[in-house]
Amino acid sequence: MAKKKKKYQVIVNQEACKGCNLCVEFCKPEVLRTSENLNKMGYNYAEPVAGKDCNGCMICTLVCPDLVLEVYYE
Amino acid sequence: MKLKNEWPKYYKKDVVTHYCPGCGHGIVHRIVAELLEEMDLGKRTIGVNPAGCAVLAYNYFDIDMIEAAHGRGTAIATGIKRARPDLFVLSYQGDGDLSAIGTAETIHSANRGEKFTVIFINNAVYGMTGGQMAPTSLIDQRTTTSPLGREPGVDGYPLHITDIVSEFKGVAYAERVSVSSPKNIRRTKKAIEIAFQTQVDDLGYSIIEVLSACPTNWKMDTIESCKWIDNVLSEEFPLGVLTDKRGQK
Repeated sequence: MAKKKKKYQVIVNQEACKGCNLCVEFCKPEVLRTSENLNKMGYNYAEPVAGKDCNGCMICTLVCPDLVLEVYYE
Repeated sequence: MKLKNEWPKYYKKDVVTHYCPGCGHGIVHRIVAELLEEMDLGKRTIGVNPAGCAVLAYNYFDIDMIEAAHGRGTAIATGIKRARPDLFVLSYQGDGDLSAIGTAETIHSANRGEKFTVIFINNAVYGMTGGQMAPTSLIDQRTTTSPLGREPGVDGYPLHITDIVSEFKGVAYAERVSVSSPKNIRRTKKAIEIAFQTQVDDLGYSIIEVLSACPTNWKMDTIESCKWIDNVLSEEFPLGVLTDKRGQK
């Protein structure tokens, strides 16, 4: 029986993100991108790309200086 | 749906830090908060804040903290550790604080072998006051007080304070790390864990120098400044363990 693959989902706290782009740069599967919209602080926050599969490597949460990323799995 | 990364217990929740985008302080703050939780030290920790960008760190850490006068972090940490040897004492300092105005305190507390941990954030400029030249600035580095580049004949050479204190007998552990890539961030966490364990085992002074990005004052974007740490700053300040006296007691 094949092992069931875990599904991961990354969620960005958009109002706290300062748009430093470190997570976007270091994300290997390119799940994250810089949004064209601004948040209340005036930064282009990071956002997940629809249709890309997060592999749960946690590198985005490792490099994030502001703890805005949360990775969920099921 | 389950959460994979829990919020660190000793980091205040839902606080947006005052640090600039891409600043290394946020990463080191998170690492320290995670380690205090993992090593079960948070309840008996006193942190010492510097003057500098990290002056408001007591707004972010959920531990007891005290604010030191400019450069006097290790002097205050000495007092706390001598009065209460059962506590875990952590001095968090920047390069303008530790290696400029606080050189005397740093060198003598290291020479006395005081048993606390120093986390030294080196970003090669004075961050909070607007990017002036620090003792750790590189040769030819342009800052607001050296607009034509740092000139050795006038301003001297970059000060390697961690290399200096690593020569002392009282220093049990000294390492230089950086936060420029996921690999280096993992090594930073390991190094800070070793330094904390050195203090828990009562072996002596431990200092971790972290090469950290300051994109605002370096006038670079965040990715470029990570590359600048790897290619330029790490050439002047090579990463690695400088002294390790664990197991020699």
